[in-house]
Amino acid sequence: MSPIVSGLLNVVGILIVLVALAAGLTWIERRLLGFWQDRYGPNRAGPFGLLQAVADMIKILFKQDWVPPFADRPVFIIAPAVAMVTVLLAFAVVPVSPSIGIAANLNIGLLFFLAMSSLSVYSIVLAGWASNSKYSLLGGMRAAAQMLSYEVFMGLSVIGVVIIAGSFSLGDIVDAQHRLWFIIPQFLGFVVFVIAGIAETRRLPFDLPEGENELGAGFHTEYSGMKFGMFFVAEYIGIVLISAIITTLFLGGWRGPALPPLLWFLIKTGFFIGFFILLRAALPRPRYDQLMACGWKVMLPLALLNILLTGAVVLADRSPV
Amino acid sequence: MTAAFYVSAAIAVLSTVMAITRADAVHALLYLVVSLLAAASIFYVLGAPFAAVLEVIIYAGAIMVLFVFVVMMLNLGQAATIQERSWIKPRMWIGPAALTAVLMAEVAYVLWASRKGNFAGANVIEAEQVGIAFFGPYLLAVELASMLLLAGLVAACHLGRGDERK
Repeated sequence: MSPIVSGLLNVVGILIVLVALAAGLTWIERRLLGFWQDRYGPNRAGPFGLLQAVADMIKILFKQDWVPPFADRPVFIIAPAVAMVTVLLAFAVVPVSPSIGIAANLNIGLLFFLAMSSLSVYSIVLAGWASNSKYSLLGGMRAAAQMLSYEVFMGLSVIGVVIIAGSFSLGDIVDAQHRLWFIIPQFLGFVVFVIAGIAETRRLPFDLPEGENELGAGFHTEYSGMKFGMFFVAEYIGIVLISAIITTLFLGGWRGPALPPLLWFLIKTGFFIGFFILLRAALPRPRYDQLMACGWKVMLPLALLNILLTGAVVLADRSPV
Repeated sequence: MTAAFYVSAAIAVLSTVMAITRADAVHALLYLVVSLLAAASIFYVLGAPFAAVLEVIIYAGAIMVLFVFVVMMLNLGQAATIQERSWIKPRMWIGPAALTAVLMAEVAYVLWASRKGNFAGANVIEAEQVGIAFFGPYLLAVELASMLLLAGLVAACHLGRGDERK
């Protein structure tokens, strides 16, 4: 196969799988939540309720695509598109397996992921502003503050991995874990990254931008139809993305014994997706000031400490004594 | 790569012009974000991937978000847009336009003088080299910048405390 054809196949394949996975995840999440809360969840449409995702999709696609007259029309329409584009673009640098992946060896791969996650803030801020309603604006402002803060620790927590691997390329980082997964030498970084990752995807317990008991539906209160659907799909792809990045950075990516690489990648990523859903079922939402205080007073020092320790150990290891 | 350079340069110029001429503050900021993203892709094409991605993370992804954040808090609305329009009169453009024309002439001269040089992807500067340069010959500048940031941080912290101690 010529490189152009295989590249195109990679791009199209990953896009289709991701969007389908996001739709499927809505069903998986509701079934799992039902299981953990001792009830059934959606089980009527098709076998095990599997067709529920299709039913939801038909409903959301045929809903009236309405823009409120008081909204800022162009920005209101751009916002959900930004949400989708940034999460999908970030997937370009994930090495799914040795042969699957779009730009896995990009020399600034990890930074590219961070850049895309920092751009994704715009979708929520702009949605909140363009909706021109109190609840949306409050949700958007919360999101801006929360995501900017947690981005800082997210960026700092991966520096330990970069120091050990000696590269920003996700392919190189996977290669550097052929003996030991980074979760062991970088456990502190792992914990900070997972917490920051949940905050970046705005999942419970960090879903204050939505906060349905106080803000209606937060930043997407005014959205309906497929525009709302795009925020929803982007959130689920965001979960898959964070799980895939955690797998790549700390759990050796597609590396593993016996089974094929693709399967290992799916198992590890799937584990974290399940973990994210379990968190939603298990944890209450903190107060907003608690969330910010935890970030700046606990996570930031931890991330800095991790960099300091990792740097010292790597330096001591390298210098001939 | 040369085509990518010219396309992103055109986008950068166009979006910057739009950013200056918009009366609505948020729309202007959005065009400025596009301009910064275009500048980032110019950096990438010129062989500075690290600078490019920092441009996206820091300028487009953090500083501009704060700008948008502040404008959102002010909640300007339609009245501010109308006021802004009444302020921008045709003769307001004369001064800035003259200064910009001088700059344009300079840029055109530089481009004309260096027209034989090859710019696209001459040699790629990796993140590692940038780091070594920062903590080698430019260490003093990095330390000075960090002191400035620390001073700003302490000041912001002090101002943010408000009347807590009364």
